[in-house]
Amino acid sequence: MLEVTALDKTYPGGDHALRAVSFTVEGNDPVFVIGPSGAGKSTLLRCINRLVEPDRGSVRLDGEEITALEGAALRAARRKMGMIFQEFNLVERLTVMENVLSGRLGYVTLWRAWRRRFPPEDVEAAFATLARVGLEGFEGKRADELSGGQRQRVGIARALVQRPKILLVDEPTSSLDPRTSESVLRLIVDLAAEDRIPALVNIHDVPLARAFARRILGLREGAIVYDGPVEGLTDEALARIYGGAVLGEDAR
Amino acid sequence: MTAPRAWRRFTPGQTAARTLARLGLAAVVAWMLARLGVRWEWVADAPTQIGDLLGRMFPPEWAFAPALVDPLIQTVNIATLGTALAVFLSLPVAFCAALNTTPNRGAYALARFVMVVSRSVDTLIWALIFVIVVGPGSLAGMLAVAMRSVGFVSKLFAEGIEEIDRGQVEAVAATGATRGQLLVYGVLPQVRPVLAGVCIYRWDINIRESTVLGLVGAGGIGFALNEAILGLEWSRVGLILVVILGVVIVSEAASAYLRGRAT
Repeated sequence: MLEVTALDKTYPGGDHALRAVSFTVEGNDPVFVIGPSGAGKSTLLRCINRLVEPDRGSVRLDGEEITALEGAALRAARRKMGMIFQEFNLVERLTVMENVLSGRLGYVTLWRAWRRRFPPEDVEAAFATLARVGLEGFEGKRADELSGGQRQRVGIARALVQRPKILLVDEPTSSLDPRTSESVLRLIVDLAAEDRIPALVNIHDVPLARAFARRILGLREGAIVYDGPVEGLTDEALARIYGGAVLGEDAR
Repeated sequence: MTAPRAWRRFTPGQTAARTLARLGLAAVVAWMLARLGVRWEWVADAPTQIGDLLGRMFPPEWAFAPALVDPLIQTVNIATLGTALAVFLSLPVAFCAALNTTPNRGAYALARFVMVVSRSVDTLIWALIFVIVVGPGSLAGMLAVAMRSVGFVSKLFAEGIEEIDRGQVEAVAATGATRGQLLVYGVLPQVRPVLAGVCIYRWDINIRESTVLGLVGAGGIGFALNEAILGLEWSRVGLILVVILGVVIVSEAASAYLRGRAT
């Protein structure tokens, strides 16, 4: 389904963010990517939907090579990947409904987007998705009126309303308190399971990853140093990912 | 007892250089004043002339006021329509002139060039040009105001665009949106307050600028002012100046009020 091969990225500043990263995601189970800050987790997700341009390597979604796409074909590929962000990245001055409907932009013309005239079935899907994330009745509120947890739920609805084939989730809980973190992560995992799509979730909180993951990818300095079931995530494996010295502090 | 220690801010050489520089500056200013060709007997006469002029303007010819209503409306219309046209033209210019939304280096250079041309030519000169192109009247005035305002509005607007939150735009891009949709859905909502503030501010400036456009035949109350001066109707001139002052005060107050609300 998602097939990443020898993905390499060096930023113009010389920061070698990804080093020959290869893995595949099959089936619908969520895959959690852990690793210290700066390990390349965000770069990895952004190279998959090409918000960041990888230097080398290949990304295949259902067999289609993403790295070679341009223009309309690239936008069509992006529609198939729903992204959820660390800072939510809602358009703050727009309403909840406008934010959710932005997930349908890939399917409508500029003229419709300008006048906010989305097809009735898109509006219906947006209402239904808002209900799924527990925000019924919030459609008329402006995004900047919401709490952090509510904003992330809007972010989840925006990604789901794309009807994606995979969710790319970048540190969804870093801007949230521990209780909200858990419920947001639970929501993402449950809704992805309902829609029978996999989620690739970046997270630095190892206990949270342990609680929700079946499979873990460990990233360190841009390279995959662990790829296996959550049961195999021993102290020795964590030391490989986070480095022995900071183990107590970062991974508890 | 030790001898008091000497301290000088400048060395003797520096002091001499500074004195020379001051003398040189004074010489330049003196030369410039001499080149002004001042007729001192006229300057001496100025207080009498001012008194005479004010005497002829006062009291203003209030009965002429109804004839000024139409030119006044024209002036406000020139400023308002000119501002609206300028904002319309500024949107694409600003998107090209902001580093984070410009499509390419060529468009960026072109947009910057448009800004410089617009800003380096004064409204009165634009008005002279448009009076020749479309004939005298309010249309020429409106076009002049628009041409002058495009640079100002698009420059401030482009600065606003460069300060937006990238994350919000990134999220819209991740949905598979086109470039145009990115601007409409991700960028425009973020810069709307800036745009509103700039529009109102420029409208206020344009009200003031359009009061003089009539001097070169581009319509509005300046046209009435020019006629009154040429006809030596000084009490009318007095009235027109009072009216212009009133309009400017009202537009400033309106602009301050609207800008306070546009957030």
